[in-house]
Amino acid sequence: MMAGRSLRLAHLYPSLMNLYGDRGNVMALRARCAARDIDLQVDPIHIGDVWDPERTDIVFIGGGQDREQRRIAADLQSKAGALRDYRDADGVILAVCGGYQLFGVSYRDSDGDVIPGAGVFDAVSIHPGSAIQRCVGNVVAIWDGETLVGFENHGGRTYLNEGVEPLAEVVTGFGNNGGDGTEGARVRNAFGTYLHGALLPKNPRLADRVLQRALVRRYGDGKLAPLPDVVETRAHAETLHRSLRAAR
Amino acid sequence: METRTQVAVLAGKLTRAATRRGGHGGTALPGLIAEKIDPAIVRRLGAQLDRSALITGTNGKTTTARMLAGILAADGRRVVHNRAGSNLMRGLASTLIEATRADGRLPAAATGVFEVDEATLPAATAATRPSVLVIGNLLRDQLDRYGEVDAVRDQWLRTIRDLPAATALALNADDPSVATLADEARGRVVLFGVDDPLPSVSDHAAEARWNPTTGADFVYDRVFYAHIGHWRCADGSLQRPTPQVRATAVDRDAADGVAFDLSAEGRTARVRLPLRGLYNVYNALAAAAAARVLGVDLDVAAEALNHTRAAFGRQERLVVEGRPVWLLLGKNPAGLNEALRTLHTPGARHHLLVLLNDRVADGTDVSWIWDTDWEALTPYVQSVVVGGARAADMALRLQYAGFPGADAPVERDIEAALQRALQTLPPDAELTVLPTYTAMLEVRERLGRRAGVPPIWEGA
Repeated sequence: MMAGRSLRLAHLYPSLMNLYGDRGNVMALRARCAARDIDLQVDPIHIGDVWDPERTDIVFIGGGQDREQRRIAADLQSKAGALRDYRDADGVILAVCGGYQLFGVSYRDSDGDVIPGAGVFDAVSIHPGSAIQRCVGNVVAIWDGETLVGFENHGGRTYLNEGVEPLAEVVTGFGNNGGDGTEGARVRNAFGTYLHGALLPKNPRLADRVLQRALVRRYGDGKLAPLPDVVETRAHAETLHRSLRAAR
Repeated sequence: METRTQVAVLAGKLTRAATRRGGHGGTALPGLIAEKIDPAIVRRLGAQLDRSALITGTNGKTTTARMLAGILAADGRRVVHNRAGSNLMRGLASTLIEATRADGRLPAAATGVFEVDEATLPAATAATRPSVLVIGNLLRDQLDRYGEVDAVRDQWLRTIRDLPAATALALNADDPSVATLADEARGRVVLFGVDDPLPSVSDHAAEARWNPTTGADFVYDRVFYAHIGHWRCADGSLQRPTPQVRATAVDRDAADGVAFDLSAEGRTARVRLPLRGLYNVYNALAAAAAARVLGVDLDVAAEALNHTRAAFGRQERLVVEGRPVWLLLGKNPAGLNEALRTLHTPGARHHLLVLLNDRVADGTDVSWIWDTDWEALTPYVQSVVVGGARAADMALRLQYAGFPGADAPVERDIEAALQRALQTLPPDAELTVLPTYTAMLEVRERLGRRAGVPPIWEGA
């Protein structure tokens, strides 16, 4: 294997968009890199910070409440063009829950205000108002021939525009909008999803997919030594059983 | 009394007698039945109380209510208190029914001390018209149930606007989400807080990062836990108000607890609290602030706090088959982080039983375990047994923290987990149990049976 590989992850708004244990995703990427002797540098990007796409291999953004989403909206707009260019250059992105909503074209929040998004995903999110039930619960979805497990808790519903590929297909849970059976979105190497849990620790193959895409882009080779993932698989199975048993 | 209320009280008492004979706690069931017969039962019975105190907040309600009830009892008051932690309207109804005598009346001149669920506060204030409302903190908790944290604060604001001017507020000056509620108060406000140059901590799940009214960022000169500390707005528009009830000279490593100087209105008394952790200092301050409103002398309050006994499962110590067992509830990131910090004792090598459930009262979303700081505890851990409905999720979290044996088999069944923890515990070692809420209730029942202590609903 190649020695001395390193990757840089830009963690957008880590102190604001961190609602549901989202730092667990960064911990998972860090641990899975460390196990392969890959040095993962994490750059926190706060409001007002400069983000350098050239130095970035992975962009991560987690979830936040409506008020945090409003708070970051202006700063995100200042980075929106660069984020779309980065996506088009096959830059790897993982956007979870509120971050996923804001990486769409727009999000109409619970007050009816429209927050412009980064436009990474050609999708709109609409909060139907606080009188309408939130989408809350365990989720099982099918991604790339296997199960993804996690938890969702969102008021807004996301609708993918024509031709946009969902990340996964819902088995149980709401997913994007509780209506069309889609969950998340994927464009090139950009992954958007409502699932937290945290998502990556117990979906190790998705975590490795994110890393592989970043390695291919940086080094032309995405080979990763397999890890035992015994404890990871057990947690995945437990969530799967818990979700599907409760679903009936 | 209205016939309907009388019938409801009788039905409640009947229910209580029947469930206890069956060996079940059922602290809320009598109230649930009685409310079906007379939906206004809490208001009707509550009107017979001389005064009452309501205690809400994300964490510390049970312990604060217990401290306040202890202070009032030490002052010679008759207290009606939902001590078993049943804090919805039906729980208040159960408590009032239990206190109702054969003549259908509550004892004369009694003071009600009720912990109240955050979302139940509007109904509880309307029904009881309290003398004092205590709000301890607003922390991230059970987002699957309450929705976003802001919604809880909005509901509190509306409740406070509707309070009569006769109701005093006791608010935590160090939690900006709570301290700023004072703006809406029509009656007296008593603020409490910690005035001590303790070292700052950094929690991953802190809320309240800016002032919701002005949008200015909060900055902290000191963080005590979560987002609680000495805060001010970056633009200078607002700062932590000066508390009237204060803790100074805090000694977090006092023997088997935490000691501090309790000050109010120019007087000071040393408190030696037999519970650990700064979160319990805040609980004691909240109780002391409410006691001030209710006219209790500071020295009486301080002395009563010295004799605080842990509420069930909250730093409760039991002896089970000759083995010391310490039970520390950790139901959300802020509470669990505080519980974990109490275990950072130099030289300690803990034997842990960690129990994670995902029932409604725990929060069905277990992602919060990723916001808790297990890493800092790793050097103090000798062994761990993991149990509960989401044991595998917890084991994965602990593996990330580098705990020894996190890859060992887990026990989803609480009894099996407890048995394994006790069987593998070395002689003379103490077992430290860290459960979520429903796991605590279950493990407490099983430990209590083994230890020969009363079940929680009868605990003194």
